[in-house]
Amino acid sequence: MAHEKMRTKLTALVVDDNKLNRKIHEKMLESFGVKSEGVENGREAVDIHCRGHRFDLILMDMDMPVMNGIEATKELRLMGIGSIIVGVSSRCTEAEIRKFMDAGLNDYHEKPFNTAKLSSILDNI
Amino acid sequence: MGVEEGVYKAKTGLPLWMLGLGADLLWADMNRLLGFLFHQGVLDEQFLQLQQLQDDTSPNFVSEVVNIYFHESEKLLRNLRALLMEREFSDYKKMGSHLNQFMGSSSSIGAKRVRNVCVAFRAATEHNNRAGCLRALEMLEHEYCYLKNKLHELFQIEQQRALAAGVRYPAPVQN
Repeated sequence: MAHEKMRTKLTALVVDDNKLNRKIHEKMLESFGVKSEGVENGREAVDIHCRGHRFDLILMDMDMPVMNGIEATKELRLMGIGSIIVGVSSRCTEAEIRKFMDAGLNDYHEKPFNTAKLSSILDNI
Repeated sequence: MGVEEGVYKAKTGLPLWMLGLGADLLWADMNRLLGFLFHQGVLDEQFLQLQQLQDDTSPNFVSEVVNIYFHESEKLLRNLRALLMEREFSDYKKMGSHLNQFMGSSSSIGAKRVRNVCVAFRAATEHNNRAGCLRALEMLEHEYCYLKNKLHELFQIEQQRALAAGVRYPAPVQN
């Protein structure tokens, strides 16, 4: 019960250019009591932090227009953002995952994202 | 026969015990269709994930998500066809980008066969194989059409079941 109460205080940012993925991921977060917002690309993710918003968890897609997930993650870390950033992408070569992780991710999950993966992430926050 | 039962019979022409039968039969139809789609590899467990997310706060979550998928997919299919029909087509990178989108959406809703065709299509773009891309596009359009028809069928049954279930438990008559 205390675990669930703690989860209900968490906030998350979903960064994905795909509207469908944003809707699904936000609904998954809601099912765990996590309040979330969605943005369409890495630039918007950086901008929302520049405006002073902070999130406990950031779900970051890799391939996005304007600014991709790798660039956005690097920039957020340079800004001193210490949030848990989890890469979520359909890319699956080891080299691509390594490149994404090296940008500053805490974790990476291959799409499709599901509640089991989300639960394992939230357990570590 | 009680007063309420008499009222329901008068309104529908059916005895009370039969009103629920439609909903049960439709429920069986729905499960049969879903089972078929899973068995054929058209859908995978990710579709179940969507159903599990549907709740009282979002009672139409699955159909909303699937409608977004239809809208986005048709846009992507038009873009893919337009690219391949270009006389001097050479932008395989752009095609790959559209396919990544399509793959991502398809896997997010559990559209397994559509996703698999996207994988084969993407392989053709990586080899700059225009003929292969054309073949893959036709297969993709076919698979997408099949999926769309089946999902429409599923939602239609679900709608009929919800109506029939509503008839099964009508509001009591107020005097």
